[in-house]
Amino acid sequence: MMTPDTATTPVSSLPASPGEVMLEARDIVKELGRGAGKVRALKGVSLKLHAGELTLLMGPSGSGKTTLLSILGCILTPTEGNLMLAKHETTGLPPEELAKLRRQHIGFIFQSYNLFETLTAEQNVKVALDVRGERGSEATVRAQRALQQVGLRHKLKSFPANLSGGEQQRVAVARALVGSPSVMLADEPTAALDSENGLAVMQLLSEIARDKSRAVLAVTHDPRTIPFANRVVRIEDGLIVGEERRAEGVETVHELARSRKRKANA
Amino acid sequence: MTLTLAFRNLFHDRVRLAVTLVGILFSIVLVAVQLGLYLGARTMIISMIDRSDGDLWVMAYATKNFEEAQPINVRDRYAALATPGVASAIPLIAAFTDWRKPTGGSTLAVIIGAERDDGGLIPWNVIEGDVSGLGARDAVIVDKTYLSELGLNGVGDTAQVGAARVRVTGLTDGIRSFTVTPYVFTTINRARALLDMPADRITYVLVKVAPGADVEEVRNAIRVKVPDSEVLTKAEFRERSLNHWLFATGAGVALLGGAVLGLVVGTVIVAQTLYSSTKDHLNEFATLRALGSSSGYIHRVILAQAGLSAVLGYVLGMSIAMTIVYLSEATALPIVMTPALAAVLLALTVAMCTVSAIAAIGKVMRIDPAMVFNR
Repeated sequence: MMTPDTATTPVSSLPASPGEVMLEARDIVKELGRGAGKVRALKGVSLKLHAGELTLLMGPSGSGKTTLLSILGCILTPTEGNLMLAKHETTGLPPEELAKLRRQHIGFIFQSYNLFETLTAEQNVKVALDVRGERGSEATVRAQRALQQVGLRHKLKSFPANLSGGEQQRVAVARALVGSPSVMLADEPTAALDSENGLAVMQLLSEIARDKSRAVLAVTHDPRTIPFANRVVRIEDGLIVGEERRAEGVETVHELARSRKRKANA
Repeated sequence: MTLTLAFRNLFHDRVRLAVTLVGILFSIVLVAVQLGLYLGARTMIISMIDRSDGDLWVMAYATKNFEEAQPINVRDRYAALATPGVASAIPLIAAFTDWRKPTGGSTLAVIIGAERDDGGLIPWNVIEGDVSGLGARDAVIVDKTYLSELGLNGVGDTAQVGAARVRVTGLTDGIRSFTVTPYVFTTINRARALLDMPADRITYVLVKVAPGADVEEVRNAIRVKVPDSEVLTKAEFRERSLNHWLFATGAGVALLGGAVLGLVVGTVIVAQTLYSSTKDHLNEFATLRALGSSSGYIHRVILAQAGLSAVLGYVLGMSIAMTIVYLSEATALPIVMTPALAAVLLALTVAMCTVSAIAAIGKVMRIDPAMVFNR
């Protein structure tokens, strides 16, 4: 078992001072299935997410990324181990209490956006407030602000079917963002997007992660996303096998483009 | 937002919405017609008793209903009159007889003999002619609904009852019998003649209790004086007639059974469509769950969907039901719609849709929110 904050970290890339711990998983074990079909998807994972950081969780298919994300997001409960979310111990909490923690502290971004196709962009964002009991004009203003933040102020009344993949994912980001969560969890946020839109979404996530009150974790196996991360955690076969901190901070899309151009010219 | 989500989910698939509404509509119309017929039947069964001016009814022992009474001796009337606390004791005759049509053939009719001056049971809703016309020779008053059944065209037509000729001198509107047997109003003496009933025989004595007298005490006093007859209050006679026609004959059970069947069919159709709609939106519900919505929030979305279906289905169903009610008004079996029945139907529709939502709610409660990662 490895603790990413202390083990296998390249000495050259240690950060100066990581922010407050917003989420901490300790010795998480998760068994899936029953009887002969039982599989140990996570074998003792410990992980901390710090405020002000974009962490990438990378690993091959079947390595346990999504299972870990589900547990970190209080959607699945671990077979063993503990999870602290925004200073709340989640172990043993009933489903309704876990749902309450999710709506208060977690923002989700899904690979397939998971927008409500019958609702407009603005309504999709407002849903996240509505489940928290926040309604009325204040909620509308907040939803509009969130959409403005992701550059979709002009698409408030558009339905998902009339938005591009990138725009839909940005609506999903706005929905995750609107409740000001302590932790944002993204599942393969660029997998369904082309290169340009994928980079734009990662840029957005990295900007969101600059907020010192929020930690962002993105599960991905897209190497193009690495330049946006403060930290990359690698998982294989249900175990965390390595972590890398990017000491020099996050590159912007423009820097990335310039770097690519330089490489191409060379 | 729950209402918006429910509304959009509902209208997203128009075909399924149409199936849902047809299910509810079918159910409402069926239940409305069955319960409307039931109410109509109740009204018809007790209309004569309700219209009579008497607190107590003296009748032959074991009389089952208004139309099927055996004759009693007129002495019972005098015995009642001689009882302290009795204000009036009015004789009344009601019996089935054979009506021979002027157009040929015959049909059953119920002769009702009462004196206009007594005020015991006189025809109401008279739309042609006058009750005073019953004083004329051979005069009878019938309801316009049964003109065709009686082989008549209108006032002035003649027919035969037993060996005697009768002439229609007036028409009423809406005095119908549960057995679809026409009522024929006439005087008490003419009724005796038409029914070939001895002069000392009547069917009922309508007793009006004097102001201040206790109905139960008067009833007991009359019972002592007419031991071979039965003395019922108006309410008891209503109840007995209703029990006989609606439950002993099974007619009411059939009507109520039809209403229950309508509810069951409606519930099944709505439950199926709601369940399939929920299944189609399962990923959205899983997303809501992942976003941290409570179970109650999701229940509200599904129940709002059921409620909207109920309201839409109710409006459409009641429109059709009211048309049927309107068309049945002039028939021998009118369907009755009252504000109370309309309210009951709305409550039943909402209850039906709520029950239908249970399966859908069960399905949603079993979903694994982690499925949002597996799309």
